[in-house]
Amino acid sequence: MALTARLARVPTPFHAEERRAKADVVAVVAGSVCLALLAVAILAPVIVPYQPDAIDVSAINTGPSAAHLLGTDSLGRDVLSRVLYGARLSLLGPALVTLLSTALGTTVAIAGTWIGGAFDRITARIMDMLFAFPGLLFAILAVVAFGTGLVAPVIALSIAYTPYIARVIRAAAVRQRQLPYIEACQLLGFSSWRTATYHLLRNVRLLIVAQATLAFGYSLLDLAGLSFIGLGVQPPAAEWGLMVSEGDSALLNGFWYESLAAGAAIVITVVAFNVLGERLTARSQGRQ
Amino acid sequence: MLRNARRWILTPVVTLVAASFVLYTAVSLQPGNPLTLLLGTRATPAQYRFLAHKLGLDRPMPVRYWHWLVAAVHGNFGDSLVYKQSVASLIAPRIVTTLLLVGYASVIILVVGVTLGVVGGMSPRLAPIVAALNGFGVAIPGFVAAEILIALFAVKLGWFPVLGTGQGLAGRLQHLTLPAFALAIASIAYVSQITRAAVSAEENSPHVETARGRGLQKARVLRHHVLRNAAMPIMTVSALTVASLLAGTLVVEFAFGLGGIGSLLDQSVQDKDANIVLAVGLILVLVFVITTTALDFAQYLMDPRLRLKAARWH
Repeated sequence: MALTARLARVPTPFHAEERRAKADVVAVVAGSVCLALLAVAILAPVIVPYQPDAIDVSAINTGPSAAHLLGTDSLGRDVLSRVLYGARLSLLGPALVTLLSTALGTTVAIAGTWIGGAFDRITARIMDMLFAFPGLLFAILAVVAFGTGLVAPVIALSIAYTPYIARVIRAAAVRQRQLPYIEACQLLGFSSWRTATYHLLRNVRLLIVAQATLAFGYSLLDLAGLSFIGLGVQPPAAEWGLMVSEGDSALLNGFWYESLAAGAAIVITVVAFNVLGERLTARSQGRQ
Repeated sequence: MLRNARRWILTPVVTLVAASFVLYTAVSLQPGNPLTLLLGTRATPAQYRFLAHKLGLDRPMPVRYWHWLVAAVHGNFGDSLVYKQSVASLIAPRIVTTLLLVGYASVIILVVGVTLGVVGGMSPRLAPIVAALNGFGVAIPGFVAAEILIALFAVKLGWFPVLGTGQGLAGRLQHLTLPAFALAIASIAYVSQITRAAVSAEENSPHVETARGRGLQKARVLRHHVLRNAAMPIMTVSALTVASLLAGTLVVEFAFGLGGIGSLLDQSVQDKDANIVLAVGLILVLVFVITTTALDFAQYLMDPRLRLKAARWH
């Protein structure tokens, strides 16, 4: 009985190895950038020099100056403040998509491997069908049905991203299922629920985090693209995709600060999340 | 044989029909009444009933879906509510622009992406530079690339026009150059990433070392031993990337004000022009399903080992 109890407390065969793993400088840098971006999003109201929607008619489309470090837009709003404030909406959407699609994808993948049979075949069919929809088209359809804003595209993209996450997690879960520890758990009389959720899930958790990190970057691109074409978040909200689009006409007259500052914010964020996600994927696959 | 027919004919058709149902459901959930849009607010109830009957709007959704599907299979997508023209006549001229754009971008992606990837895979010195460029490139969305290219090449240097489609083939291509690069940048980086990985994996494989050990020329080893084996993943990713370009045109055409089917879809969603949204949405899904099926078939032909394996999910 004591042995059973102790085995139950040791869920991951690779636990020790993970602690000994060397620090990955690139991953640490990328991770710090991600955390810094989240900090900007949370602290935006405190750190912005101006209110994001404060209009100054005496300073329209001005270049960078001491008063406005990144200049002002066509309505005389401070671009730096809007970029910093824009982190809130621009990161909130991807964060929700990531949470929802990862939860859904992991559930489908693990339930599919565990239950198998007709359930697995039917979910596989549904996933195959979802692959046929480009994420952006799915989000646009949600906008057609439920109107512009953040909620409809977020739900649509969460569904569109589920098969991508499910496929990767499923492949890993199938490999895990063949390992001896699963049999050991079953011999010890652990319930399927406990074996699947506590033991198997813990062994693929790094891969799940890695996939979620990658999904964050890609969904940011889709959501920003949607607001760029006018079907996502609506003005006067501060959001990066929308800012790139709003700066468009000023850019043609040589005032590129708004468009390109917001564009740079998008690119930096996506690079940071992608690099972190790829490092984590490589590490989790190295362990399997 | 029967299983193959199911895989390459039945499955794609079922996927398409299911996708068309999702499309139709989304569009029929759309708030607002098309009759009010057409008749204004001062029409009599009899006029409403007449038009509703004429457009088939008095029938239940599954019946309307079925009629739409049957007509769509025959190439009839109905009329646009806003333009008062048949949807086919609106799509026909625009699809040429979109296909030119996608074709132009595909050529750029394949040439630049594969070349960069092979260089990165062959030369250990250049590998980190190529990898860094790729990592950066995949994060540049089409609309940000568009603004950067416009700011640099159109506004600052004045080499290319900013808006419009241009006259004649040369004029069209000149107008499409910046959009094609904007559309291509992220995909170049992605194709290059996959090519680099595939080539460097083959570079270090025993059969390539053997070929080198036998004293074969470098170019011959690259062509016959490295690229031939690396071709499969490169082909797969290139085909999927090119198929996804059509969705990318939704954003890039908008950025450059190009009159293609991508910007037509954007505008029709704003206008609530249901028949256009349905037709363009169906075209996008159709192209994607055809490409993935053709890719699956090509892989089957190229690699006899795959003939033993089941569907792509497993």
